[in-house]
Amino acid sequence: MPSLPDMTTPQVAELARHQAEAHPAHPTVPQPDEGQEAFFETLLRIGDSALVLGHRVSEWCGHSPALEEDIALANVALDLIGQTQLWLGLAGEVEGQGRSADDLAYLRDAWDFRNLLICERPNGDFGHTLMRQFLFDAWHHELLKGLAASSDPRVAEIAAKAGKEVAYHLERSSDLVVRLGDGTEESHRRMQQALDALWPYAGEMFLGDDKDAQMAARGIAPDPASLRAGWDATLRHVLGEATLQIPASDFAHKGGKQGIHTEHLGYILAEMQFLQRAYPGASW
Amino acid sequence: MSKEWPLWEVFIRGQHGLNHRHVGSLHAPDAEMAIMNARDVYTRRNEGVSIWVVPSAQITASSPSEKGPLFEPSNAKVYRHPTFFDIPEEVGHM
Amino acid sequence: MYAQLVKSEGMKAREEMTPQEIAFQERIDRGEKIEPKEWMPEGYRKTLVRQIGQHAHSEIVGQLPEGNWITRAPTLERKAILLAKVQDEAGHGLYLYSAAETLGVSRDELMELLHAGKMKYSSIFNYPTLTWADMGAVGWLVDGAAIMNQVPLQRTSYGPYSRAMIRICKEESFHQRQGYAVMMKLAQGTPAQKRMAQDALNRFWYPALMMFGPSDKDSVHSAQSMAWKIKINTNDELRQKFVDQTVPQAEYLGLTVPDPDLKWNEEKGGHDFSEPDWSEFFDVIAGNGPCNKDRLGARVKAWEDGAWFREGLMAHAEKAAARRAQAAE
Repeated sequence: MPSLPDMTTPQVAELARHQAEAHPAHPTVPQPDEGQEAFFETLLRIGDSALVLGHRVSEWCGHSPALEEDIALANVALDLIGQTQLWLGLAGEVEGQGRSADDLAYLRDAWDFRNLLICERPNGDFGHTLMRQFLFDAWHHELLKGLAASSDPRVAEIAAKAGKEVAYHLERSSDLVVRLGDGTEESHRRMQQALDALWPYAGEMFLGDDKDAQMAARGIAPDPASLRAGWDATLRHVLGEATLQIPASDFAHKGGKQGIHTEHLGYILAEMQFLQRAYPGASW
Repeated sequence: MSKEWPLWEVFIRGQHGLNHRHVGSLHAPDAEMAIMNARDVYTRRNEGVSIWVVPSAQITASSPSEKGPLFEPSNAKVYRHPTFFDIPEEVGHM
Repeated sequence: MYAQLVKSEGMKAREEMTPQEIAFQERIDRGEKIEPKEWMPEGYRKTLVRQIGQHAHSEIVGQLPEGNWITRAPTLERKAILLAKVQDEAGHGLYLYSAAETLGVSRDELMELLHAGKMKYSSIFNYPTLTWADMGAVGWLVDGAAIMNQVPLQRTSYGPYSRAMIRICKEESFHQRQGYAVMMKLAQGTPAQKRMAQDALNRFWYPALMMFGPSDKDSVHSAQSMAWKIKINTNDELRQKFVDQTVPQAEYLGLTVPDPDLKWNEEKGGHDFSEPDWSEFFDVIAGNGPCNKDRLGARVKAWEDGAWFREGLMAHAEKAAARRAQAAE
């Protein structure tokens, strides 16, 4: 058990920092400029986030705290599923291998998924779901604004349609976050807990890589970092009104956009893809 | 049992500029949420362009037992309806 | 149906009725609608609360067996369709609870009665949905049976109930068709898919027939409800109509209705068919169906887990109103 000594070393954090300074992170293997491949990847990132979050939200159907909420949340899930069809449909078109949106959704394994980690987080209580929705919507809204100005007209068209849907998602999730933050002691506590728990999954939205850089350079998609200011402003406004504290830490889990996921995604896919996998080639 | 969300009556104006029409009710903690809930509950099939909500408790209704006195007198005033008047055919459409 | 074995209060002979009751019955006989604040016999009100409440409960418990497959739907389109359908059921529950609320009972009260096991919902939703074909069978057979009952109920005597049924029927027409579309796809699919479809029909056929309830040709409760026009047809009439409508649909699919005694009877102009096992029906109604505990448990959990949410929103609304009032002073 070679790891045991580390656990008893008191200054392990300091040693690690020392190591890190001496050996900067592994240099990434340079990727050839693959043009369409970066575009395809970008569309997967957007489409998979909508797919996986839509899946999570749909889990509430029939189990929400009030009928009105059940219906409202199903509308959000339906919008996200519809957006998935458009984004993954376009991804298949850009890839040019004849894969449909359904092929991409149902026949890829977890490491080929490119969604943000926050989308696959389990629902938790209703407040947790709403907080996840709010953090995502605030980003999604900024992203779609950027994409609506895309140099690729197909992207701009989908983004314009999705943008209207998401503007409403954001209005609703912001409103509920404010109300629950302000509501009772318990609702306040639950919303703060949700924010604290989800916060480490928010930073990933703004981390770019070389593929993002290519897309930004070609004017197809905005640079992820450029979305931060708008998102921050929305958060300050809404969370301030909700009397919730924005966590100080800027630590961010990452990897979703590169296909390195949490354990949760595998279970989502096992469920979602079951029929397609159990009856290969069947038509439904 | 904790306090129940109040009941609201929902009125929607459809695509064609007609009057707002009563479509049903729902529960919501306040007017703003009632509007949002109405959007999600009552316009799922593109039914409307404008929504009104009114607390159900605020509706004042005519008393059903006075239905006779309230509405029957107008039965006698048939001259309010265009078909009351005979206009010769040669006058044309009027 | 969605409201099975609803007990009506006291059938009265005309000579036992008060003048007010006679006037009420005459209004119904003339086809007039009864509206919320109008006078009505207490029995009429109570029976309606029971029936509409049971109907509403059936809609929201009915979300569960199909909701069960939303996350496993085989394509994005099927997932969206199924989700929209189950969402509609929540909407239908909402419309029906609203109709019941015009009779002086609150939605929360009805929920509490459901959760305490003091009100029922349709027996059909206590059966499990085991395969994707069950999404087809539920839409085709269960919604098909429900529509059979709901279409005539649009003419029911109680205004708010009638209006809710009109809205529901308008939205419901896509439900049965989507179910049949799922079945068609399977019936025309691989041998395994066809087997799946047949299996679903085998399991759902008799529970669907049970939805109409046991024969009520001798029931005084039904007679009273029919006099009040809150029940329009007898259970046997609707069941017969359902069988006659469904058999050719099954034939088109190339599926076999699991009843060896099913045959066309020229004389009566309808099919002869086997009765479902009514002892099973009474077991399910008594709480011993395959899924009773799970279904009710899921509803209770949703309600209890959501209490803080409902309270939080109410508290905010009250605080905000108080702040507005203070600012206006």
